[in-house]
Amino acid sequence: MQQIKSLIAEASALVSNAPEVEAARMLTICNSCRYCEGFCAVFPAMTRRIEFLPADVNYMANLCHNCGACLHACQYAPPHEFAINIPKVMAQVRKDTYIAYAWPKSFGSLYRKNGVAVSMAVSFSLILFLLLTLAVNGTLSSEPLQGNFYAIFSHNTLAIMFGAVFGFSILALWIGLQNFWRGISPGISSGNAVAEATHDALTLKYLGGGHGEGCNNEDDAFTLWRKRFHHFTFYGFMLCFAATSVATLYHYLLGLHAPYALNSLPVILGTLGGIGLLIGPAGLLYSNFKRNAEHGDASQKPMDRAFIVLLFLISASGLALLAYRDTSAMPALLAIHLGFVMGFFLTMPYGKFAHGFYRLAALLKNAIEKRQPNKLGLGGE
Amino acid sequence: MGFQVKQSLDVLVIGGGNAALCAAITAREVGASVLILEAAPKEWRGGNSAHTRNIRAMHEQPEDVMLETYPEEEYWQDVLKVTSGKTDERLARFVIRGSAQCRKWMSQHGVHFQPPLSGTLNLSRTNAFFMGGGKALVNAYYRSAEKLGVKIRYNSPVDSVEIQDGKFIAAYVGDERIEAKTCVLAAGGFESNREWLKEAWGVNEYGESPADNFLIRGTQYNKGVLLKQLIDLGADSVSDPTQAHMVAVDARAPLYDGGICTRIDAVSFGIVVNKNAQRFSDEGEDFWPKRYAFWGRLVAQQPGQIGYSIIDSKVLGRFMPPVFPGEKADTLEELAEKLGLDPNALVQTVRTYNAACRVGTFDHTIMDDCHTIGLEPPKTHWALPIDRSPFYGYAVRPGVTFTYLGLKTDESAAVRFNNQPSENLFVAGEMMAGNVLGKGYAAGIGMAIGTVFGRAAGGEAAKAAIHQKGHTHAAN
Repeated sequence: MQQIKSLIAEASALVSNAPEVEAARMLTICNSCRYCEGFCAVFPAMTRRIEFLPADVNYMANLCHNCGACLHACQYAPPHEFAINIPKVMAQVRKDTYIAYAWPKSFGSLYRKNGVAVSMAVSFSLILFLLLTLAVNGTLSSEPLQGNFYAIFSHNTLAIMFGAVFGFSILALWIGLQNFWRGISPGISSGNAVAEATHDALTLKYLGGGHGEGCNNEDDAFTLWRKRFHHFTFYGFMLCFAATSVATLYHYLLGLHAPYALNSLPVILGTLGGIGLLIGPAGLLYSNFKRNAEHGDASQKPMDRAFIVLLFLISASGLALLAYRDTSAMPALLAIHLGFVMGFFLTMPYGKFAHGFYRLAALLKNAIEKRQPNKLGLGGE
Repeated sequence: MGFQVKQSLDVLVIGGGNAALCAAITAREVGASVLILEAAPKEWRGGNSAHTRNIRAMHEQPEDVMLETYPEEEYWQDVLKVTSGKTDERLARFVIRGSAQCRKWMSQHGVHFQPPLSGTLNLSRTNAFFMGGGKALVNAYYRSAEKLGVKIRYNSPVDSVEIQDGKFIAAYVGDERIEAKTCVLAAGGFESNREWLKEAWGVNEYGESPADNFLIRGTQYNKGVLLKQLIDLGADSVSDPTQAHMVAVDARAPLYDGGICTRIDAVSFGIVVNKNAQRFSDEGEDFWPKRYAFWGRLVAQQPGQIGYSIIDSKVLGRFMPPVFPGEKADTLEELAEKLGLDPNALVQTVRTYNAACRVGTFDHTIMDDCHTIGLEPPKTHWALPIDRSPFYGYAVRPGVTFTYLGLKTDESAAVRFNNQPSENLFVAGEMMAGNVLGKGYAAGIGMAIGTVFGRAAGGEAAKAAIHQKGHTHAAN
């Protein structure tokens, strides 16, 4: 069945002018040049192949971190007639993989085209809905409640609402990832391979440019700022995630209920994470606007920016909520924060958030493949 | 406001490739004001350097990215071997010793070297590889030069220079006259000047002009305008205009800038025939890098300047994959039809070759013991019968990388007129590489010459300019 599926994918890639076909053309040229071998994992992965089927291209596209180094170094980049632009074609293929594997598909394409509009529309309508609910219940403005969110929305309401949406999104992501993983037929992973892939993901090894000076952004100069801003974003997110997890454990295991004190673990984790999620996304958004137009796929900017903006707004509204939780503005701020979080959860499987999972899968395949004997006996140099 | 001070330029660098950039950066480091005139637009800057990959560098012990040792004497012997003695030993040794000192300076200016990787292991003892290749190197040098305050002008081909008594006075870009105290010529060879190539190669025994069929592996901006002008003005020159680095490249390669990827790597795995379907050289004589460097010239000497590399399915996957798919056929007759060869002649050539093969233990990574007996020309290694269909064929043409005709110089990099060094005109890179490389080639040596002489020329030019400046001040 899987074979038939991949055959169908191959056939449809061949008849259409799909980026997969264009990527295969470019990689064939790259494979005869190989000057970029030192930049990242894509090029060594390329040298393990002599032809590039859609499954190979999907894998390599998700291994590509869009650092841009190979474009600036390329003797065949436009205006050369070979018109090699690996970062761009890989970005296009990545988008295709997100579409191909997204479940259910219909919402995905809408979000990708109009990312900022969709995510804002979703978030703001949720916010409006929550505010109206509060207004109808007469709890929109109240006396300060000492930060007791559950006086506004009961814990169970929140748990059910967010649990359901989050659960659905995780399921959708998981189904997509499973399809992707099977498609790139990775082989058996060892502990070492998992450790290497995890290390490469957590350190963003491939935004280091291969020489530790970073990747390209607006021109051929290297910068570490994209890597740093990504770190702020990722670790900020993980801290917020940890804050929520700890709070959940407090609630259910220890019977400690919110609101938590400013010096409690959930609040400290959440605050640090929130600061990271302000700095990181702001920096990434700035880099995104300054980015060399040749680096990526312009049609993905709405999706990328929507994701970044949502993270920023979640964090900003969360920190505002913390700051004003003892005031009468708390219910409104809570509604705003929850609206952004909900908007984020709903769009999670269809956009930039998914890239982390696909990339991790690709890194894992790379770590596995590196450990397998190379089947090609090329003469080399 | 009674008078206007005209800021005069110390060092004018003509050219925008590796040697030019090394000269400009060095001159600026010494304290001179520097202007680079690059003929190409920004996106094509760097000339042939953008297609390079590594620098051949001497080292007495394992160092940074270089394995084992590559001492001066061995390097010199390699130069002697590839040039068949057509070299200036003093200048060759100057380059060799200089090559040991380059890498640190290069790194300081943003060039990254990469650790030995899968495709480069055989060369990592003798050559240091640039991460990302020559264009990454060129980008790094331009960034560094700009940061240091070197002025750069693109789209500025110099049409002529004004020379007076062996001294540089000014350069002309169109109608614009640019004066400078000193000048470094680093504008490359003349490989993209088809007329000059045709003149040099003349007409062959078949009444053809071979140069009509040459492809240029590198930049289209190396017209040799100043090289010609200076030789006409009486500057001393070296080498001859037919000498060049020539590689057999895929006949479908672009006219310019095909670079590394269009070379055909299959040559030693099968046979190469000419347009009459006859073999004409030993395909097993040597492997990379030598086989590339001499097959271009061999093909240039064949009728129609075309050759056909023929292999069978046995050897697929053993060589670097070609950039364009080859012709593929189930029978040799069919392959001949597709390639435009006489089927009977090709079948006969293959049959004769197959019968002469003495297959021992095939190993494409060493000079193995598979060879032919009683065949003319012989195939001395990797001789496997061509008998497993489907068969593949690749048409190849001569691809000129760079020309060797250049200006004679010495360690000071000065241009010489009647054997007298100019006091303010210097030369580096392809325009003088022929001093060291009278013929032949060894991977990475062009970048060694360009870097060592670029730095020398830049340093000397800056010194001369600053000396002149002091002189002028004293006179005032």
